[in-house]
Amino acid sequence: MIPRSSPFTKREPGLRRAGARRVVALGRAEALLLRRNPMALAVGLGMPLGLTAALQVGQPAAARARVDAADSVIMLAAFALLSVLYYNLVTALVARRQDFVLKRLRAGELSDEEVLAGSALPAAAVAWGQIVIATVAGFVFFGLDAPVNPVLLVAGLILGTVVFALLAAVVATVTRSVEMAQLTAMPVLVLSAVVGVLVRTEDINGPLHVIAQALPMPRVLELLHLGFTGSTSSGGSVGFTATFGHAVTPVIVLLTWAGAARWATRRWFRWEPRG
Amino acid sequence: MTGPASDARDLSNVIEVRDLHRRYGGSRRGFDAVRGVTFSVRKGELFALLGTNGAGKTSTVEVLEGLAPATSGSVRVLGHDPFSGRRHVRPHTGVVLQQGGLSADLTVSETLTMWAGTLTSPRPVEEAMDLVNLAGRARVAVKQLSGGERRRLDLALAIVGRPSLLFLDEPTAGLDPESRVATWALVRHLLDEDTTVLLTTHYLEEAAELADRLAIMHAGRIVRSGTPAEVARTEPARVTFALDTAAAALPLPQLPQSASVSRDIRSGMAFVTITTPDLQPTLALLLAWAQDEDVLLRDLHARPASLQEAFLALAADTASDAQRQGAA
Repeated sequence: MIPRSSPFTKREPGLRRAGARRVVALGRAEALLLRRNPMALAVGLGMPLGLTAALQVGQPAAARARVDAADSVIMLAAFALLSVLYYNLVTALVARRQDFVLKRLRAGELSDEEVLAGSALPAAAVAWGQIVIATVAGFVFFGLDAPVNPVLLVAGLILGTVVFALLAAVVATVTRSVEMAQLTAMPVLVLSAVVGVLVRTEDINGPLHVIAQALPMPRVLELLHLGFTGSTSSGGSVGFTATFGHAVTPVIVLLTWAGAARWATRRWFRWEPRG
Repeated sequence: MTGPASDARDLSNVIEVRDLHRRYGGSRRGFDAVRGVTFSVRKGELFALLGTNGAGKTSTVEVLEGLAPATSGSVRVLGHDPFSGRRHVRPHTGVVLQQGGLSADLTVSETLTMWAGTLTSPRPVEEAMDLVNLAGRARVAVKQLSGGERRRLDLALAIVGRPSLLFLDEPTAGLDPESRVATWALVRHLLDEDTTVLLTTHYLEEAAELADRLAIMHAGRIVRSGTPAEVARTEPARVTFALDTAAAALPLPQLPQSASVSRDIRSGMAFVTITTPDLQPTLALLLAWAQDEDVLLRDLHARPASLQEAFLALAADTASDAQRQGAA
């Protein structure tokens, strides 16, 4: 019997604070584990930088104008979300499940969402740190202009983080071992790297264009482009106020992805190995 | 600790299970692991669930821990449904799972610090390490701990939140005798502090040692329950003695009908075993006879059945039942 004055039924902010405390406690431990796995850390950190550098150096010198600084940072952000956050989280969730760590966490006070959030926290922090460093380096060394709409920039990163963390949970659901993750993680990874990052959606024609428009990564990039330079998906460039209008569709697409992935996770996520 | 559920703990059973069923898989190819289990656990007692592998102990306990929903039946833990009302129950429960679920690359103190950080009112981490005798291993990685040390760390995690209800799923599996006795001492200490404990174990002497009441499960059902003494009493007591050659020739006295006698003649001596549900009258008749006939009962032993004997007899019964069913 819970008395009506119980802290559980009334003080919502206190409850949320306790939730944040639990997520941080778990996130700290996960960060220690990430630090003790130099291979995962090196791949996570090296991939976005290496890929971005390789793709930019491949371009003719004349094309590396001021706008390219923004392109590079955005490209790095995409690779960071994919290799640091998404891929890392798929393997981490599968490994923790197979070791019964997730089952133990679930036997305590953490809610299911808090277990997933805590597991994603350090990888997300590393990805964000990388993006911030790249942005600062862009300002200092490569003549990156101040962002047209910082709100959309941050919104794009937050939505991208949430969607790809939840997609990692969905993929972990169908992955039975850490080895298998190298395979099962690929579709989302390759599709997201190709469509949107390597091939811009406006260069895709016909029915494929519609499909590309429905994918999450092109929409994350669209928000980041709007935020950094005000450039729209149709190739134009708009000012601060107009960027919000262009952001509506991508935000809706990303929220839909987040909602669907959250539903699928709640419905099917496995917290312990198959018996 | 006074928590939101303390009223409920004082008023009623800490755990109430009625007609619990748990089914794995679909309705067609699924499997009924728990088939109508009913029991309750009172505040401050240790209740043990015993049974062979696959009897349904862990499947039952997982429902009580709130890790899985019941397929049907009603379950109340501290006055709440442990699955849907998990956030009301969890601040008051501690759990030792059958599989540890510890991260191999964290140290003992990092593991405890993480876990304590997720709890409402944790003990200091040092205190928890002291309680399970792991203080000297604080900075050692989990992967370097022995099996027994890991099990003690499991126990530390379970009690660091000062739970009023503790679930221990085979807490001493793989422990050496010394650690097992130390774990028993800790559990007794927690019981003294009014903690309620639900224990599953393979070790019958552990249940006999610790349990106030117990239930034996087989094939998803409870087949016996009561205090350890009550359950042991379902098996007959046993009297054994040896007779010299001369005495061996004498007929034994008339014993109660329920008693059965077996004799084993070796090198002229008769080794006699009497099994009887009525130990005292049997023994009285036997002693009177020995007095009258001036017979020496060598190595006389008389004792009630142990929990172990009751359990083994039950397991043998149910196994032959299963065989008969399989043959039919």
